[in-house]
Amino acid sequence: MLRCGYALFWLLGSVLLICVVSPVKGEAVVTREGSHLKLSESSHSNESQHGHSSNITGIPIISFKWHHVETPYLVAFWVLVSFLGKLVIEANHHVTSVIPESALLICFGFILGGMIWAADKVQTFRLTPTVFFFYLLPQVILDAGYHMPNKLFFTNLGGILVHAVIGTCWNAASLGLSLWGCQMGGAMGDLDIGLLQYLLFGSLMAAVDPVAVIAVFEQVHVNDVLFIMVFGESLLNDGVTVVLFNVFDAFVSLGGPKIDAAEIIKGIVSFFVVAFGGSLVGLVFGLLISLLTRCTKNIQIIEPGFIFVLGYLSYLTAEMLSLSAILSIVFCGMCCQKYINANMDENSVQTVRYAMKAFANGSETIIFVFLGISAIDKVIWVWNTGFILLTLLFVLVYRFIGVFFLTWILNRYRLVPLEFVDQVIMSYGGLRGAVAYGLAVMLDENKIKEKNLMVCTTLIVVYFTVILQGITMKPLVMWLKVKRAAVTEVSLLEKLTNKMFNHTLVAIEDISGQIGHNYMRSKWKYFEENWMSWILMKPSARKKQDQVFDVFHQLNLKDAMEYVTEGERRGSLEFVRNENSIIDFKKKSESESFDINNANMSNDHGAMSTTSRDPIPSVSLEMHEQIMKAVREAEAINAHHLLDQHLYKSRKQHRHRFSRSHFDINRDEKEVQEIFQRTMRNRLKSFTSAKMGVKPPKTIVKHTQKEQQQKMPNGKSMDKAKTSYSGDEGSEGDSASGYDQSYMRATYRAGAGIENPAFMPDLDPMDLLQIPPWLGESELDSSMVALSHRAQVDLPRTPSNLRRLAPLRISTRSTDSFTLENIPDTQQMDSDQLQPPPPPPRPPRDDGYV
Amino acid sequence: MGSRASRLLREEEIEEIKKETGFSHSQITRLYSRFTSLDKGENGTLSREDFQRIPELAINPLGDRIINAFFPEGEDQVNFRGFMRTLAHFRPIEDNEKNKNPATEPLNSRTNKLLFAFRLYDLDRDDKISRDELLQVLEKVDVEQKMSIRFLH
Repeated sequence: MLRCGYALFWLLGSVLLICVVSPVKGEAVVTREGSHLKLSESSHSNESQHGHSSNITGIPIISFKWHHVETPYLVAFWVLVSFLGKLVIEANHHVTSVIPESALLICFGFILGGMIWAADKVQTFRLTPTVFFFYLLPQVILDAGYHMPNKLFFTNLGGILVHAVIGTCWNAASLGLSLWGCQMGGAMGDLDIGLLQYLLFGSLMAAVDPVAVIAVFEQVHVNDVLFIMVFGESLLNDGVTVVLFNVFDAFVSLGGPKIDAAEIIKGIVSFFVVAFGGSLVGLVFGLLISLLTRCTKNIQIIEPGFIFVLGYLSYLTAEMLSLSAILSIVFCGMCCQKYINANMDENSVQTVRYAMKAFANGSETIIFVFLGISAIDKVIWVWNTGFILLTLLFVLVYRFIGVFFLTWILNRYRLVPLEFVDQVIMSYGGLRGAVAYGLAVMLDENKIKEKNLMVCTTLIVVYFTVILQGITMKPLVMWLKVKRAAVTEVSLLEKLTNKMFNHTLVAIEDISGQIGHNYMRSKWKYFEENWMSWILMKPSARKKQDQVFDVFHQLNLKDAMEYVTEGERRGSLEFVRNENSIIDFKKKSESESFDINNANMSNDHGAMSTTSRDPIPSVSLEMHEQIMKAVREAEAINAHHLLDQHLYKSRKQHRHRFSRSHFDINRDEKEVQEIFQRTMRNRLKSFTSAKMGVKPPKTIVKHTQKEQQQKMPNGKSMDKAKTSYSGDEGSEGDSASGYDQSYMRATYRAGAGIENPAFMPDLDPMDLLQIPPWLGESELDSSMVALSHRAQVDLPRTPSNLRRLAPLRISTRSTDSFTLENIPDTQQMDSDQLQPPPPPPRPPRDDGYV
Repeated sequence: MGSRASRLLREEEIEEIKKETGFSHSQITRLYSRFTSLDKGENGTLSREDFQRIPELAINPLGDRIINAFFPEGEDQVNFRGFMRTLAHFRPIEDNEKNKNPATEPLNSRTNKLLFAFRLYDLDRDDKISRDELLQVLEKVDVEQKMSIRFLH
């Protein structure tokens, strides 16, 4: 904290210094043309010339050339100040957990603004529309688009569009009309603003702001659907806002009498043009980026640059064509995410993600700080109680009305209706932000006399929503959802039953699908797979996408984990000693996990399915180590707590994945391990029980030992499964035949997959003789449930199937049961019966069992 | 909705299912298209493999049991009616009908939901939850084995 104290002093000092050094003459200049400054310039040009033409009497050793560097210096300085502010704010987590960071940044801006104003008597710096719309906003939106969960977005697209378009229009119209009505009714004193101007004001106030929404919702963990509805709405309503703003602006210029049906129709048409045109521009640029990344193998170091540059260009292009720039950059990001992640080198992918987050976060910080600073400006302090209060009231009320009404309509067409609580949060989450302010400042003073009043009102509404609603959002969510929370400590049985019910519900959700499979979706998938992927993805990347391949890897991984767990559980020393391998594995997994994650494509709309694709980190035997120690020391309670933190959390307890500051998707690594361990256990048992009565388990032994000694594989994402067999598309037959050696090579390059016993090159016959204690007992396990019907169902598998998959094997040394023509009967029977459950990719495991 | 879906599901069937399960018309058609998408063999029934193909179920600790719950005793295929019947348990409770007779209660009544959950525990279908069965669920839902044993012994 001492550090931060010093930082603050430094801050104060520098600000005052700047204010003194840069003599400001007159008002701050708000320029739009040719201004490449982040801040309003002071009239310096004459000074600098004066400086140059002064007579030099001797050679200056050092000279103070402020005007030389003024512009970039101020820019860099303000960026630094904003970041330092963020540093100070984030120093204390207690504060940030109550008050959202955005609110604190605004307050910080207030302080700074106050200091500057006190020094200069006039507001030197403020958030100019140019700077905001051209330099600060694009990164934020690009980040939003790039990290958008596509599948979720498109699933709810109908609802999002309804809210974005109809909701925004409703907000604008109702606000404008109500205010006008109130003015007519005399509630605002002697204000004289025309109806059209009110409508214009309404249109700029109507838009829910993406920056504010992200900033506030990030703290509050709401469910996915709710988040995507609000967030998607905030992004898509820009299309509407731009149109409304321009249309009403034009109307105001034209004047009342000239508006006739033709103009109105033109207005409606322009909406479609702007919205679809903007999206189209974005899509074109997205495709361009994807195509480019396909060929950038040799310049991997600046691959990330393409994305940023082209994204920005899409924004500017749309702006140039007077289309919706935000829509353009959003669709650019959404369209290219899948292909970029497939095509680019994993380092580049990491770089892009990180850089995007950094830029977006930075921009957001600067935006909020400047929003605060801009308030301290006497010029805009025009107070009209009625106007301001009524605006606030109407904004809130109409938002609620709009959301509830529209959701009521929507729910009649949704399989899973939006609940009341969700609707309340949606309404309350309709935050206005910097976009509204930017638009307000862009109003033409000559046409609208009361511009300052409007700006002031906008600022106040923004502050109200961001600060007040931001602060109260979290308590509101908690209050609404946890109303009936039990006060007493739940018993183990209750915990167990709750967990069980959670899992059940999740399973039923998965079985019943989301909105359901429909024609359009399958058509799109077909198109996407066969055409777009061909053009836009590198061949190697395309191969990696194969579903069966994914499932295969996932199951391999699961098996390996099971073996490990089983061994650990029985207390094998071998395992405990192998911690080094684990650590290595963990490190590798982190770097691989993103590649895995990203190479791991869903077959749906290029979904960067962040929802459940948790990368699998290492088997953390460390955890088990602790547990064993704890138990040995009879600290049952501690162990239980430790476990409880790391147990598999069902999806119900999951949090939404979009975060401005954290792009580590899977925060709960232990949870994923747990999934492994459990399923591994099952698989092992399924093995042993299948083997039971046929042969002693010694053939299994060798593999487990091999498993242990191998480095545990890197995090091939387990949720590859998510991508694949969702039962929607694709025939396994096709994919299975697509295997070839290059697959496996690709696999190993990416470090993917488990060292499946099937592929282990050395099958040491010596190992056959040793039976680790844990396996000796395993057959007596009574947990047959998991496996019984699986084993039954899948047992009869002909060797011909196995042979087809034979090429998958890497090892040439192993005596393959199905590459050999004459197979001893028992062995063949083994291969058959060892056939572990589900899908075809699994059979290769058996060729180890010779 | 795909044409495939509406072609194969007749109005009378929808009506019957509606009466039996309480789903709305649009929900039934939606679930039917989901059913057909899961049904790879296109023979109008789902087998266990079809369920297991859903990747999320593979990582769900209770995946197998849930799948089991869809299949009536001893059978390996479930048709759409059975599918809907099981899913109907998960509809929200409508408390406006209070029947005394459990047989005539709607599928999503509290009692029937509890029956369903009970059956998830009771694997051997003897209408009792034995200690072993409870233990198994405990293991499944991931209270670590040692701990569970410790707590129960």
